[in-house]
Amino acid sequence: MSLKLAIRNVTKSFDGKMVLRDVDLDVRSHEAVCLIGSSGSGKSTLLKCINLLVPIDSGEIVLDGVDIAARGVNPNQVRQNIGIVFQAFNLFPHMNVIDNITLGPRKVHGVNRDEAEERARSLLAGFDLIDKAEAYPGLLSGGEQQRVAIVRALASDPELMLLDEVTSALDPELVAEVLNVIRDLKKGGMTMIIATHEMGFARDVADKVCFLDDGVILEQAPPQDLFNNPQQPRTQQFLQRIIEAGRL
Amino acid sequence: MDSTPIEEVERRGPQALWPRRSPQAREEGTRGALIAAGSTVAVFGFILWVVLTSEAWPKVQRQFFSWFHFKESFPDVASGFWLDIKMFAVAEVLILVIALAVAMIRALRGPAFLPLRIIVVTYIDLIRGIPILLLILLMGFGIPSLALPGVPRSPLFWGVAALVISYSAYTAEVYRAGIESVHESQRMSARSIGLTQGQALRQVIVPQAIRNVIPALLNGFVSLQKDVALVFVLGVREGLREADIYNARTFNYTSYIAAAVLFLLVSVPVARFTDWYTERDRRRKQAMSS
Repeated sequence: MSLKLAIRNVTKSFDGKMVLRDVDLDVRSHEAVCLIGSSGSGKSTLLKCINLLVPIDSGEIVLDGVDIAARGVNPNQVRQNIGIVFQAFNLFPHMNVIDNITLGPRKVHGVNRDEAEERARSLLAGFDLIDKAEAYPGLLSGGEQQRVAIVRALASDPELMLLDEVTSALDPELVAEVLNVIRDLKKGGMTMIIATHEMGFARDVADKVCFLDDGVILEQAPPQDLFNNPQQPRTQQFLQRIIEAGRL
Repeated sequence: MDSTPIEEVERRGPQALWPRRSPQAREEGTRGALIAAGSTVAVFGFILWVVLTSEAWPKVQRQFFSWFHFKESFPDVASGFWLDIKMFAVAEVLILVIALAVAMIRALRGPAFLPLRIIVVTYIDLIRGIPILLLILLMGFGIPSLALPGVPRSPLFWGVAALVISYSAYTAEVYRAGIESVHESQRMSARSIGLTQGQALRQVIVPQAIRNVIPALLNGFVSLQKDVALVFVLGVREGLREADIYNARTFNYTSYIAAAVLFLLVSVPVARFTDWYTERDRRRKQAMSS
C-alpha cells in the first residue's frame, strides 16, 4: 500500500506552550490510524494541523507527495481532499440537513444544486438518514447529527478522513450507531485518522494505534501489540487506568 | 380520582395536564383583577384631576393642546412627516447594507486585510465620536457650499447621507456583536469543508449573526425613525420643520404636539413589535435547547 500521508517533525505551540513536539507519523492508503492518549495530549491539535485549520510552527505534512504545510499552498484546495468531523458535530444550525451537506460541493466545487442534492440524497440513503433530509440539526438526536456531519465531510469525496473524538459528546446509547458508520467507511477502504477514547473500537478497527503523551507520539504499533504488550511505562500506565475504568 | 390522567386529557384536552384551579384561587384571580382596575383608575384619575383643576391648565391647554391649532397645523405637519417616513425608509435600507459590509470587513482575519480593517475601525471610531447633529450641519451646509461640479447640492440629500454615515457606524457595531456571538467552531467547521473566509462569513456566520441581533437592529429602527427629524436644521421641510414654521407664525405649540403624535404613531408599534419578537425568539431558543 502506498504512503498517503507523511508527517515529519511537526511542532506546534500555543502561547509558548508546546502542544506537539517533533511528531512523525506515516499513514498508508486505506489505513485506519487511531490516536489515543489523555485529553490535552495533542490528538485534536494534530488533526486540525493536518487539514491546516491550525498552522504548524515547523515540520512537513506531506499528502500524496506534496508538502501541504509549505508556503504558497492554498488551504482551501487542500481541505477539499481532507474531511474532518468534530466532537461537537458543528452542523450549521440555520440550514437543513441537505443544505448542510451540499454547501461545500455547491460553493467550493461549483456543482449545481440539483446534482449536489442528488448525490447528498444517495449518501444519506446509504447512512439510513434519508428521512432526515429536510430536518434542521436542532431537531436531530446527537447520533443523527454526528452521522450527518460525517456525510457532510464525505460529500466532497475526500481521500482522507480525520475524526476528532466523534463519539465523546454522545449519550452512551448513541455511540454504536456512529462507530458502525466508521466501520463501514473502513470497509469501504477510506483512509482515516481517528482520535478516540473508545479503546475497544480502536482495537477493532485500527491498523495502527498511536499513543500520544504531552505532544509526543510515544509509541505506535498494531493494536494487538500496543494493547497487549505496551513498551513504554507511560503507555502501560494509561492503559492500566483505562482497564481500571472498565473501558477496555 | 375516578379517572386516569389519559382519560382526563381525552375529556378536557391538554389543559387537563395542568392542576385545576381551585374555586378559591379563581376567586382570588377575579379579586386581583378588580384591585388592579380599581387602583389604576384611582391613580390616573387623581393625576388627571390635579392637572385639569390646576390654575395653569387653561393656559397649558391653549398653548399645547388647542384643538383649533391642531386641525390648522395638521395638514402641513402630516405632509412634512411623510417626507420623514421616506427619508427613514431610504436611509434604513442603506444603513442595513453598508453597516453589514463594514462589519464583515472588520471580521476578516489575516495580515492581508489589515489596511481594510484600519479603514473601517477608524471610520467607526471617528463617526461614533461626533455628535450626529454636528455631522448633519457639516455635510448638509458644508458640502453644497463647495459648489463642486457633479456633486448634489440639496441639503436633503446630504442630511440623509449624514444620517446614513452616522447610523452605519453604530449598526456595524451591532452586527459585529452578532458575528462575535457565533461560536468559533462554526467558522472552523465552515473552513474545514473548503469554504474561503468570505464564503464562511456569508454562508455560515452572518446568517446566524443577523438572527441574533434582530432585536437590536429593530431598536435602531425606532431610534432612526425619530432622528430623521434632525435634518430640520438644514431647512428641509419635514414634519418638525412644518411644526416649527406654524409655531413661528402663531406662537402656539400645538403644532409640535401634532408632530409628536405622528412620530409616536409609528415608533410605539415598532417598539411593541420589537418586544414581541424578542420574547418569541427567546421562547423558541428555550424550546430548541430543551
